[in-house]
Amino acid sequence: MTDGLQGPEPAERPRPEGRRNSQGIRIDPEVEAEPQARRTTITALVENEPGVLSEVSDLFSRRQYNIESLTVGTTQNPEWSRVTVVVEEPDPNIEQIEKQLDKVVPVIHTRELGADAVSRELVLVKLDADEPERVHAITEMYDGTTLDAGPRTVTVELTGSEREIDDALDALRQFGIREIARTGKTALARGETKTSIAPDRLK
Amino acid sequence: MSSERTIERDAEPESAQPVTSGAESVVRALENASVDTVFGVQGGAIMPVYDALYDSAISHVTMSHEQGAAHAADAYGHVTGNPGICMATSGPGATNLVTGLADADMDSDPVVALTGQVPTEFVGSDAFQETDTTGVTRPITKENYFATDPDDVGDTVGEAFAMAERGRQGPTLVDLPKDVTNADTDREPGPARLPETYRPATEADPADVDAAAKTFADAERPVILAGGGVIKAEASDRIRDLAIENDVPVVTTMPGIGAFPEDHDLSLSWAGMHGTGYANLALTMADCIFAVGTRFDDRLTGGVETFAPDAEIIHVDIDPAEISKNIQADHGLVGDASAVVRQFADALPRAPDTEEWVATCWTWKNDYPLDYSIDEDGPVKPQFVVEAVDAATDDDTLVTTGVGQHQMWAAQYWTFTEPRTWVSSHGLGTMGYGVPAAIGARYAAEDDQSVVCFDGDGSFLMTCQGLTVAARENLDITVFVLNNEFIGMVRQWQDGFFDGRRMASEYDWIPQFDVLAEAFGATGFRIDDYDEVEDTVEAALDADGPSVVDVHIDPEEDVYPMVPSGGDNGLFALRGDHL
Repeated sequence: MTDGLQGPEPAERPRPEGRRNSQGIRIDPEVEAEPQARRTTITALVENEPGVLSEVSDLFSRRQYNIESLTVGTTQNPEWSRVTVVVEEPDPNIEQIEKQLDKVVPVIHTRELGADAVSRELVLVKLDADEPERVHAITEMYDGTTLDAGPRTVTVELTGSEREIDDALDALRQFGIREIARTGKTALARGETKTSIAPDRLK
Repeated sequence: MSSERTIERDAEPESAQPVTSGAESVVRALENASVDTVFGVQGGAIMPVYDALYDSAISHVTMSHEQGAAHAADAYGHVTGNPGICMATSGPGATNLVTGLADADMDSDPVVALTGQVPTEFVGSDAFQETDTTGVTRPITKENYFATDPDDVGDTVGEAFAMAERGRQGPTLVDLPKDVTNADTDREPGPARLPETYRPATEADPADVDAAAKTFADAERPVILAGGGVIKAEASDRIRDLAIENDVPVVTTMPGIGAFPEDHDLSLSWAGMHGTGYANLALTMADCIFAVGTRFDDRLTGGVETFAPDAEIIHVDIDPAEISKNIQADHGLVGDASAVVRQFADALPRAPDTEEWVATCWTWKNDYPLDYSIDEDGPVKPQFVVEAVDAATDDDTLVTTGVGQHQMWAAQYWTFTEPRTWVSSHGLGTMGYGVPAAIGARYAAEDDQSVVCFDGDGSFLMTCQGLTVAARENLDITVFVLNNEFIGMVRQWQDGFFDGRRMASEYDWIPQFDVLAEAFGATGFRIDDYDEVEDTVEAALDADGPSVVDVHIDPEEDVYPMVPSGGDNGLFALRGDHL
């Protein structure tokens, strides 16, 4: 240990009045204001390149973002894919996710979709076949389809909002669910609003 | 990146023969980009590219370890502003580059790495010296590429070069399977081009600039915070003009050292964990900060809750993702620092009234001087050595460092006045950066420019094998090992935060670095006492080729001021009992 330096003690120094929260946002020093997480959907148009999906998914794990689902599929242009991500994060992180996605070089466009976006998720459910008629009835009630019906198992397909699928699964649970495969949500902006905008030079 | 700089380089060399293979196309792409020096280590899968270098005017510096090749390229890139090139073979060659690429990524240094890869038909078979190099380096490069086509491989290298240089600079990598480089092609690569999906901003939105300028003009306690991006964008002159014309104090970050002359009245030196008390107080008490090219790293901010909590932040950065990442920006200005600082200066309706504030900052400068005591019969203080070398060298001397206490003393006690003269490892904090960085800096420097390296004993032992390169190439570099026979910064933290339990930070035995230097073919010197400092520093600087000075310093000297990790910058500790 050395003598250190000379100068006024910490307690003798001028002090600022304000403070920031853990997100670096200036806040009223008298109130606790940590941002609340919310669930939202982010859509990204990407070029089909090796490694682009890995780059996108690495980004979420590396920065510890809470990801609910991630889907990828082809688009109207065979050279592009659409990535749809559902996340649950506070506002500053949602903004950061969009920016980090934009930094991935093959990403053409990123945006957060509003609550009015058209969105769907698909689920396959394999159930015990003890009561096939009742399974069929409930599947019909949720506009689902029976894909496979054997002596021991029935597999049905349901499509809907996340909420509708959760409800349907709740209703089917009584028959003994063996396996579930969910795709995660995919979405487009409603009506005339463009989901993604690609610059002309890429078209 | 300066908007004025272009990537369209000179035409291809007159003597150039037509391209006949993928490997020659790779080398041609480097020639097209005016590359004159590459740093690397040979090996099986990269041999075709080395073979193509045989006939090229590009000079190759054979390094002793691939990590050193990456650090040398990084330092070369930082000093020149143009991408430094490093080469390695597949497998261990590529993985040895990883630390250097991660370092370049953190500090936004322009580097292009070319790695050999096993032939395409073996990829995925766990072949000899096969590593998923693009997978390993994806999170630590700005962009990387896996070459698949001999016709395109030169253009891919060109794109990697453009990506490293343009926008926010950073490291890129091209993985080159041996069959691709060996294959025949007569396709000449075109000029280095950015991908269509990458278009970095130049100027910020004028309305945003106007609003930010008004805030700044109305400020009573404004500070300019110059980060490494100021240097990368060649914006140092504009920052200097802005500060002087408006009489606004300037604080730099550590990577920003040199962006503003530290001997100027308005300089408060650099802020952060071991920054000056006055820089940290000025940021803490500021009501407006014009922050340019900084990512508000935790070593700068301390705890974000207490970072400049009264300040409206104007944040200029070329990377939109840096705006409000760590500290919320009240005004985010995305663009090239040089262009945006000019816009900002033009938009200022008037200079802020800073007379009182500048006087206050001056009081703090007097209150919290960087200082140390000298006992002429006692062990040498490291700060004294840094000042002695500074006094014995010109202002344009390039200073490289390892990481640890010696790095902080070099940053604190050397007076930097020019951009691109401070060459260090900031974000990654890579011990061992100093010696290979000095090699890279030497190739980047003008002939009459001195290159010195301050190293610690721990840092030096990690990469001192680079001396073999310096000796072989007769590189004029002078390494000062500030030797306290400790992993000193760890020892300091153990004393401060772990009840003095010095676990794995003390050495039982340490080599004689002056003798070791001689074995490598460098000239060795040793300093034990104050009365040896001046003459030995002079002799070491005068020696031809590489020299190493083993400086036995006061082993118990600590670095102050200090803001403990996550602490309040305004409450910086001046000594141990403040921690």
